[in-house]
Amino acid sequence: MNKLTMSLFTFLLICLTGLAALAAGRQMMSVQVKKGVVRLAPSFLSRIVTELAYGDRVYVREEKGSWTGVGVSGSAVEGWMHSSALTPKKIVLKAGSENVEVAASGEELALAGKGFNQQVESEFRAKNSNLDFTWIDKMEKFVVSQKQMKQFLKEGDLSPEGGS
Amino acid sequence: MTILNRPQLWSFAGKSAVIGLGVMFLFVVFFPGCATTDAIIGIGVSSDLITEAQGESISKSTKAVARSFADFTPEQEYYVGRSVGAVILNKYRPYNSAKANDYINILGQILSKASDMPETFGGYHFLIQDSDEVNALAAPGGLIFITRGMLRCCQHEDAVAAVLAHEIGHVQAKHGLQAIKKSRITFALTTIGIEAAKTFGGEELAELTETFESSISDITATLVNNGYSRNFERDADKAAVTILKRVGYDPKGLVDMLRVMRKKLKPEGLDFAKTHPSPASRIADIQKIIGETTSVIRPKTRQARFIAALGNI
Repeated sequence: MNKLTMSLFTFLLICLTGLAALAAGRQMMSVQVKKGVVRLAPSFLSRIVTELAYGDRVYVREEKGSWTGVGVSGSAVEGWMHSSALTPKKIVLKAGSENVEVAASGEELALAGKGFNQQVESEFRAKNSNLDFTWIDKMEKFVVSQKQMKQFLKEGDLSPEGGS
Repeated sequence: MTILNRPQLWSFAGKSAVIGLGVMFLFVVFFPGCATTDAIIGIGVSSDLITEAQGESISKSTKAVARSFADFTPEQEYYVGRSVGAVILNKYRPYNSAKANDYINILGQILSKASDMPETFGGYHFLIQDSDEVNALAAPGGLIFITRGMLRCCQHEDAVAAVLAHEIGHVQAKHGLQAIKKSRITFALTTIGIEAAKTFGGEELAELTETFESSISDITATLVNNGYSRNFERDADKAAVTILKRVGYDPKGLVDMLRVMRKKLKPEGLDFAKTHPSPASRIADIQKIIGETTSVIRPKTRQARFIAALGNI
């Protein structure tokens, strides 16, 4: 198989995956954040079922306010994700040329790591050596656990609407 | 699979022309919303390298779609935010107290979860800065900075929550990204269209980096020097009131903080005095939403932990 056939064939398979989802009447969404957290119930204080990666696909089971009930394709995992973590676009992590054509119209596909990306940041940093990113990296490592949040709310006598 | 079963599909392998037609067919059927003529024609003839003509056609179809700050993906917003944050940290150094920063992060995280945009690409993170100036700044994507001077305007947790919620309000409304000049946004997003198939080459990278650099300075100039429009500030205050109520804080915390700030701000100051509407006018606007205000009631344990974390700030 030559390269052209290969890339077209891959694209065909992608289309067929979409077809399978449509046949089941399921709308597909992609995780558009670094860490997509799936929870047991539609609340940030609910137990975490699993964590998905950027670009992972889920199908929509139901919607409830700003939460989406999702299922993970090819597994039995189901749960809730906040809708701001999801996009209807398919995120292509490694672009082939055929995807570019589709992405150019901007409606169906989003290309990961393009435009303002890691590479551009590195160039920017090389040009602006006075800027220190050490604390930016440190900030990103500040993690607040669910347990800490629950305790903070309880101790502070705070009762969030709908359990936050 | 109602149209093709697997053996049929495999028998097509190698017959690129037929597959090409199949792809075009499926494309039209399943992606009708984006089936521009350009894109359909392009797919039938695509190869691993984009020809100049194709590049032009992509460029055209990209430009045909209206581009705005809203078209940045969360990932791009994240990279903009990181660099804006680095510039903000160049203005004021971090205040290296784990206890105070932990407190701000737990509080901030809870508030962000109650916002309209709780999930961003890299998440919300908060940092205190070692300055007497009264300032709080938010970078796109959720990196939020607050000076010791600002924290000294807060006499209780509900007031600190109000400051953080105001900044979260700027993030959720993408006010930072809106400070980027439109021509740069168009360039950045058009370049994505043309260059997505390969890693940027030297020239594109240099141009894109220049656009990035200018975008960062558009945002930081607005944050640090010019300030947002009065409308954006009003929106952020309104968002803060909503977020505070959702978590269970008293939105009067915002008014309490502004009353202290009114006394502390120096008119010639290079901080909030320069970039924000006066505390008095903000109080008047907030009272239109929440009514006349009395001081916030301070539950004992809430006040105790506030003092423990920020008492000596």
